[in-house]
Amino acid sequence: MSLAAFVIIALIAVGSALGLVVKKNPIHGALFLVVNLGSIAALYLMLGAEFLAAAQVIVYAGAIMVLFVFAIMVLIPGKEETGPDPRRTLRLWALPVGGILFVQVVALLLLSRVAPAPAKPPVAGGVESIGRLLFTDYLFPFELTSVLLLAAMVGVLLLARRRA
Amino acid sequence: MVPESYYLALSAALFAIGVVGVIIRRNPLVIFMSIELMLNAGNLAFVAFGHRLGSPDGQALVFFVMAVAAAEVAVGLAIIVAIFRLRRRLSIDDLSLMRW
Repeated sequence: MSLAAFVIIALIAVGSALGLVVKKNPIHGALFLVVNLGSIAALYLMLGAEFLAAAQVIVYAGAIMVLFVFAIMVLIPGKEETGPDPRRTLRLWALPVGGILFVQVVALLLLSRVAPAPAKPPVAGGVESIGRLLFTDYLFPFELTSVLLLAAMVGVLLLARRRA
Repeated sequence: MVPESYYLALSAALFAIGVVGVIIRRNPLVIFMSIELMLNAGNLAFVAFGHRLGSPDGQALVFFVMAVAAAEVAVGLAIIVAIFRLRRRLSIDDLSLMRW
């Protein structure tokens, strides 16, 4: 039952990822990416990570993708990528490179000795366990993240300011 | 129960698709979205490993990756908009100023 659900969600994820890469229009690509992010949120739910599934939908599919769609609308690059590709032979290498990378990673996963799963039951992925971890073991990285977001905000304001 | 190795294989496939997207596309916005795809593939691997080990540390790491990705997207899109203002067109092949 859960295997069937996994196969369906995985097919949706891979198909939407291919749609993002193949589609000419970047708006279509962005919508495909939203589908992909939603399917990954479903996979998080199947892995017992409820908090991350909610954060994925809110932060990624919500905030980040709105930013992307906004940028696409502002920059109107609908007519890009229509002319002849000046570096066509170079880009023909993309599929072999991607295929070799995939084979390498899968071979690594198959060949590596993975420790047997521990006997203890999987932890709950709710807000409580994540929050407890973030404010004890990961307190310093958590505070650094706030500094990083502040720096990004100031930097974006500086970059987006119209030069007088 | 779905074995964790299936999730890892899916993660590898999504990452490879993202790499192909970064290489073949000429629009910097689509390249950015392919990078997001690769980040999500990494996140999925983190959660799958954390599920296997029975510890919430993997999920905490994904939380940090999400925060960094949000910052990265904001700065990257601002840079793309600034370049577009400068050049009035948007193709990654034009941006060879800092190439060796």
